[in-house]
Amino acid sequence: MRLLDSLRARLSTLFQRSQVNAEMDEELGSHIQLRADDLELSGLARADAERRARIEFGGRERFKEEVRETFLSSFIEVLIQDLRYGLRVLRKSPGFTITAVVTLALAIGANAVVFGILNGLILRPLNVPQAQDLFMIERARGNGYSSYPDYVDLRDRNRSFDGLTAYNIDAAALDTGDNPSKAWLMEVSGNYFDALRIQPHLGRFFHDSDEHGPNSAPYIVLAYTFWHTHFQDDRGVVGRVVQLNKHPFTIVGVAPPEFHGTLLFLSPDFFVPIVNQEQVAGISVLNARGTRSGIFSLLGHLKAGITPAQASADLNSIGSYLENTYPKDDGHVNFELARPSLYGNFLGPPVRAFVTGLMLLAGLILLAACANLGSLFAARAADRSREVALRLALGAKRSRILRALFTEAVMISLVGGAFGLWASVALLRVLAVWQPVPRFPAVLPVNPDAYVYGVAVVLAVASGILFGLVPVRQVLRVDSYQIVKSGSTGTAGRRITVRDLLLVAQISICAVLITSSIVAVRGLLRSLNSSFGFEPRNAMLVTTDLNMAGYRGDAVPVMQKRLIKTIEAIPGVESVGFVDRTPLYGGGRGLAIYADEATDLRPSKAADTAYKFAISPEYFHAAGTALLAGRALSWHDDENSPHVAVVNRQFAGKIFSSATNAVGRYFKQRDGTRVQVVGVVEDGKYLSLTEDPETAVFVPFQQSPNSETSLVVRSSRDPLQLAPALKSALRDLDRGLPTYIATWSNELGFSLFPSRVATVSLGVMGVLGAMLSITGIFGMAAYSVSKRLKELGIRLALGARRKQVLQSALGRAVKLLAFGSTAGLVFGLLATRVLSHIVYQATPRDPLVLTGVVLAMALLGLAATWIPAQRALSVDPLKLLREE
Amino acid sequence: MANQAQILPGTLDLLILRAVSLGPLHGYGILLRIGQISGNALLIEQGALYPGLFRLVHQGLLKSNWGTSDNNRRAKFYELTAAGRKRLRQETDNWNRLAAAIASALSTQPEEA
Repeated sequence: MRLLDSLRARLSTLFQRSQVNAEMDEELGSHIQLRADDLELSGLARADAERRARIEFGGRERFKEEVRETFLSSFIEVLIQDLRYGLRVLRKSPGFTITAVVTLALAIGANAVVFGILNGLILRPLNVPQAQDLFMIERARGNGYSSYPDYVDLRDRNRSFDGLTAYNIDAAALDTGDNPSKAWLMEVSGNYFDALRIQPHLGRFFHDSDEHGPNSAPYIVLAYTFWHTHFQDDRGVVGRVVQLNKHPFTIVGVAPPEFHGTLLFLSPDFFVPIVNQEQVAGISVLNARGTRSGIFSLLGHLKAGITPAQASADLNSIGSYLENTYPKDDGHVNFELARPSLYGNFLGPPVRAFVTGLMLLAGLILLAACANLGSLFAARAADRSREVALRLALGAKRSRILRALFTEAVMISLVGGAFGLWASVALLRVLAVWQPVPRFPAVLPVNPDAYVYGVAVVLAVASGILFGLVPVRQVLRVDSYQIVKSGSTGTAGRRITVRDLLLVAQISICAVLITSSIVAVRGLLRSLNSSFGFEPRNAMLVTTDLNMAGYRGDAVPVMQKRLIKTIEAIPGVESVGFVDRTPLYGGGRGLAIYADEATDLRPSKAADTAYKFAISPEYFHAAGTALLAGRALSWHDDENSPHVAVVNRQFAGKIFSSATNAVGRYFKQRDGTRVQVVGVVEDGKYLSLTEDPETAVFVPFQQSPNSETSLVVRSSRDPLQLAPALKSALRDLDRGLPTYIATWSNELGFSLFPSRVATVSLGVMGVLGAMLSITGIFGMAAYSVSKRLKELGIRLALGARRKQVLQSALGRAVKLLAFGSTAGLVFGLLATRVLSHIVYQATPRDPLVLTGVVLAMALLGLAATWIPAQRALSVDPLKLLREE
Repeated sequence: MANQAQILPGTLDLLILRAVSLGPLHGYGILLRIGQISGNALLIEQGALYPGLFRLVHQGLLKSNWGTSDNNRRAKFYELTAAGRKRLRQETDNWNRLAAAIASALSTQPEEA
């Protein structure tokens, strides 16, 4: 008990200043009372005596301060002593120091990077006031689309939101006087800024009151960054008139610097009122109640005291009102609320699952690193047991020795943490300005903030303490007399030690990482080689939107035809195909399909919703899509001829039960138009690489005009060589048309982005894990060999065979390796289920994965035990025996 | 009071150790004891005693325990540890040597130099 008391007193002097203060107060108070007692005895009245005693004593606070200084200076003195001692010890073993610092730098760096991503994508809310009660409305899980008239009803009829706002993402040509260039914008409802409760940095925002019907509010609010880069912070920009798709718009204000729109990964250049959508996007959905894809997202702050559940109930009652009032357009819906920052449940759950999983892995890696360093540290402490014993015998306290050990450990971890943090901040900065997807202004908002620094420092100190803890028991157990006398600890190892368990855990973590990264790499390779339903190699993509150059109505297909003819004339071009949106880039538009005999054309009665692509006759040829039956489209299928379509095999199978059956048959669209199927093409990927086979319909572009334009240019030569010729031809055709030219393979980066990220991050983690395991096993094997060197030498001298010696020296390490690898493989196979959402066909049931993991772990074991094994075999018994 | 001397810097610790060596004492008691053993010739500011006491405790030369004074007041009592006893011996020797040396230096007559 006395030990406990003294420990508590010690701790309180260190940590509980207030308690020390109280005790000091009590002691000084008692002194004054005692003095007053004496003065009272000499004849003074009690009150006078106390007053006199206080005056005699002098300034209490001053003395208390002196006492505190005494404490602090001695604490610092000891710290400096320990630091000096630690530095000296570490300098004497540079190998250990460098290993430890590098290990920790890698592990802490990995953690800081992953935490930075976690922080940027998941923990940090949107940069708007009261972001915690900001929600977006989803129709079904992962679908935030809505039609504009439905939005207006929801906005005006709900009783749960404090202002419900809507926005779309679009691109338009912005002309500030010289050269029109493509810019990204958000079309937002008039109440957008008011509902989000933000104030302009400059000028004013537009409001509800500015909306007076279609095209009534030609105003632009610039995003701060765009104002900074394109208008050089010019405060006179307010009131300036610019051309947007050849329509005059007035810049009314600049948004505050911290506001980047309402999607985390997209920073728009400016904001325009959605009532001007026709001018900005070329089409208008303001009156199209049936156009489900009219509005990208609805969001708003919940009113105080309203729960998300109450809000969805409120919305659902409006939903049934809509269903009853507009049966032709609105089917049954179930509204849900979701967090807007990652577009609700569309990106939220997979991103969250992946990043959280990555964080977990990073944490495990740090733990493994600590385990590793802990055992290294313990091994060192054991080697230093003679020194420790000597110091103890000379009167040093155990606490003092432990404190020095801790100082050493924390010193290493802080240096390692500093390196790790420095590297991770650099990496995060690069990631934050990285544009992973060409053609689309996606960003990863992962700039390191105070949290990242804080977490790195905490992790560094914590891991220092953690691995510093490992040798504590060892030091406490040291019997100085025995050690100084006999020169070795000579404690027999127990069957299973904590260190063994740590090593097994570490090996299995490494095996998990290796398994999942092999699975990810396999999946990525498979998706690169799988059939997309088109051939991206040797093809260029020219993308534009004719609306940006002011083409409207009938002028659109005419210009598209001219574009095709112009590019076809360029030497080296094999064929040119037009498609409104290329597959795997945002997907086609959804088209509701009804059986030919259907009479009930309500949305809920649709037989299927297929991806719809408007194409030119040569598209299949240019894209390399195989025609399976019937014919392709022709130039005669124009606006005056009957409606025709080519469908994919999945469509033919689903609607007409077979490919050959489909040709010549009809299906109906929602407006009642009968469409004849004239051909069937192979299946492809339309929205994402991981999707199951989907139905798709290809219609003639003259029958379904759309100003969005992609031209697939197939060439017999290196497609990149065509780029200059394409550019100049397009410039000759229309100088004011912003175009984007890239190889099709390059454009696929958009679809491959998630699996690439997964593969790279898992690969990096896997390599880290492997390095840690190697050092861990190596450390253990080397230590056990060096401890038993004498014994091994004697056994060799007595004629033991090499195999037997190896077995006894390394058997334990190999056993641990096998055990850990097996456990890790099992966990890894379980973990890949999560991966299958991100990486195409990530399946663990793959013999290559199994063999890969086993081979990798075996190599790892070989690498780690090679040097200790050599050392064990090269023991020279004579030399050894002489030395002792 | 006029013939009281200010104590030399560094000698307070020695005086405290000496005072406590005669038996456990609380802070006020130490002051009284120093007064007593020095024939009231040394002036110590009362509060100035405590930083010295805490320093000695922290160095492990003194240990302290709460107890009750003669007139039933709660007070913290200090006593010497083994290290403190050893230190007192050393410091006493040092001091005696120093004092003797200085006394001899000061009493030297001009012709002897």
